Amino acid sequence: MTVRSPFVPAALMAAVLLWTSSFAHADDLKSISLLAEQGQPGAALERLNSYMNVHPGDVQGQFLKGVLLAESGKSADAIKVFSDLTSKHPELPEPYNNLAVLYADQGQYEKARRALEMAIKTHPSYATAHENLGDVYARMATDAYDKALQLDKNNPRAQTKLAMVKELFTGSVRPAQVAAKTEPVAQPPVRVAPSAAPSPAPNVSEPVRPVPAAVTPPPVPPSPPVAVPEPAKPIPAPVVDAAKDGKDRGATESVRATEKPAGADGVKALEETVRNWAKAWSAKNVDGYLAFYGAGFKVPGGEKRSVWEKSRQERIKAPASIRVELSDIRVKMQDDNHATVNFRQSYRAGDVAKRTNKSLVMKKSGSKWYIEQELTDR
Amino acid sequence: MNKRSIRLIQGICLVALMAAGAVFARWDATAFDFGRFGFGYSSRPAPRMPAIPTDTEGLLVKSLLEITQGKTHAALDTLDEVLRLAPNFKLAHLVRGDLLMARARELSGFGGAPDAPQEAISDFREEARVRLERYLTQQNEQAAPDYLWQLDPSQQHVILVDSSRSRLYLYRNENGKPRYVADYYVTVGKNGTEKWKEGDKRTPLGLYFTGTQLSPKKLPDFYGSAAYPLSYPNEWDRRQGKNGHGIWLHGTPSDTYSRPPRASDGCVVMTNPDLKALAPVLQAGNTPVVITHGVPAGTPEELAAQKEALLRAMEGWRQAWETQNTDRYLDYYSRDFFSQDRNFESWAQEKRRIQAVGTKANVQLSNVSIFRYPDDKQQMVVVNFDQQYKSNNLNNQMRKRQYWILEGKRWKILYEGAA
Repeated sequence: MTVRSPFVPAALMAAVLLWTSSFAHADDLKSISLLAEQGQPGAALERLNSYMNVHPGDVQGQFLKGVLLAESGKSADAIKVFSDLTSKHPELPEPYNNLAVLYADQGQYEKARRALEMAIKTHPSYATAHENLGDVYARMATDAYDKALQLDKNNPRAQTKLAMVKELFTGSVRPAQVAAKTEPVAQPPVRVAPSAAPSPAPNVSEPVRPVPAAVTPPPVPPSPPVAVPEPAKPIPAPVVDAAKDGKDRGATESVRATEKPAGADGVKALEETVRNWAKAWSAKNVDGYLAFYGAGFKVPGGEKRSVWEKSRQERIKAPASIRVELSDIRVKMQDDNHATVNFRQSYRAGDVAKRTNKSLVMKKSGSKWYIEQELTDR
Repeated sequence: MNKRSIRLIQGICLVALMAAGAVFARWDATAFDFGRFGFGYSSRPAPRMPAIPTDTEGLLVKSLLEITQGKTHAALDTLDEVLRLAPNFKLAHLVRGDLLMARARELSGFGGAPDAPQEAISDFREEARVRLERYLTQQNEQAAPDYLWQLDPSQQHVILVDSSRSRLYLYRNENGKPRYVADYYVTVGKNGTEKWKEGDKRTPLGLYFTGTQLSPKKLPDFYGSAAYPLSYPNEWDRRQGKNGHGIWLHGTPSDTYSRPPRASDGCVVMTNPDLKALAPVLQAGNTPVVITHGVPAGTPEELAAQKEALLRAMEGWRQAWETQNTDRYLDYYSRDFFSQDRNFESWAQEKRRIQAVGTKANVQLSNVSIFRYPDDKQQMVVVNFDQQYKSNNLNNQMRKRQYWILEGKRWKILYEGAA
């Protein structure tokens, strides 16, 4: 089986279908989407509604409903369906993607962008690949600008380093919970793809372009942890070359192994805290941001807390916009009330873009986690 | 399979539009109102695309139009083709940079290079605008009949430079009438037109003639593949006290495909490939070059009436001279008349002295060319002709040039001399 074989998706789909519901369900949905294909979206929607009455909460059914609604021009209803899906199944990239398309259609590009970013974030490897792709484009753009403007090349310019994915996500545990065994070493300038991409995706996705509405395939069923996200942008070729089919299959099979490790709740709460911290920072919500720092926070450089808070306030207020994104979050629990959270932080404010590895030493106080120490790896 | 779901979605909406619409909403290459020309964003049902040739500039324009239509991938491919044809086309590199940057992050606007000098960016924006406008307006021969009233057989080609459009138009002489051949992007003076004095970095407006090509071996790289001097300052320029020299038509340095619309020290600059295409015309020498800024004021009817009146005045002047009617003859001269060494009074005195003899003469004008002179302040034309003067004691043939000026409703001679 070659990676580009057109039979792969069918085979996978069959495998995945086995998973969620009976063949009967799948057949129902298949015939419904066939109906829609034959130009009877109204009839298809009617049948789907009665199907949903029997199988409420069926993800495939809901997804198909969203698609049918969108196809019949009922964008608002379709958005409702897909939004609902994203909140119930944030691990699925497809509803996010479809939301983005609908938002874009309405000219709500900010929302569309956020939705697409969420879709990409469903898999940290792809999020990294996506960011790396962006950085490669940025470097190519810089070269082009140099040729246009003959800018002084001796003038050193801050160039974001591309990030390497250092772990193979086999899919047996949630990526965010994979503990990093090795600390980041020197970053080579070129991103190296994991030799076994976790995605069983058979081929590199093409650049998005309009294609007449075609088959309505059943979407991936809800299977935590999710395995088959696909990037919205083309993956560099090496990923494909490296995706040997044996490992591919391994990745698919591993979808079944889904056991939550112990202490998952604490891990989850910590992850959420750290993400909310980044969110407050991105929103330039200074008070909210500072509230994440505990009473015992070790101010860097031994400064006074008030001085540090003031400088943080100034730094956060100055740029017109800030985007802080975290990836590769790893939580290390010392005990029930102490933990360290490591992650990659991507910071953008205007033209300034910085990538750093960070560690937050966290302490639980009451029911909440607070930052005790903020360390940046250099 | 989610792959296929993506495709399905694409059927619903143009995802490409998002990339283009969102990212390029603020990206105005040219601040150009596409709506005026009946196309632009894809909401319009059937965009009318002008026929765009597949030369370097045509492809650049194609890529800019593709961007406005949201086809950013196609635009990038088109730009690659442009850069294959012209690797030093800096504007193309800039637009390509923007397209790539838009994939990496939000663009702040046209020329998104973070440390780009703003002056350079606005130069590029101007170049994009004039190049694009050329294809959208499709008015490539508009100014010709207004300025090129009549060509003589020695003038196989005529050149018209419209600095307001950064464009050089080439016309062929077809039975005395200009016939459009081609047009090219040009750079003019950094400070615009209406050159007055040396070092003002302006391009003169007027009628000039090309001189012999300057030796390419001695030509510094800055002037490109060739240089042809123009006859600035002409008779009228000198009369007004304009000075400066060395206004050339030349190419671009080897590392630069084209320069911004306003960048030269007053010269008219073309790309080297365009200059090469024009070489057969320029090497013939003595090609008239009218440098204008826009089209002259007046309706076509008014201009046609002016032309009629001029032809009548020229014939009246010839007859008055032939019949040696000095009063009538001198009535065709402006009080502001000048020649190389005379003003109206000394000219009148001299003519009265000669014509007092009362010898009948025969005066024939042939090979007449008439150019409207680009001048905002007055209506002026330049005529060139072969003059055959025969009398009992003199048989003379010479090439003459006259500047005629409209005074009230009458055309009068402002200057007369050898051409």
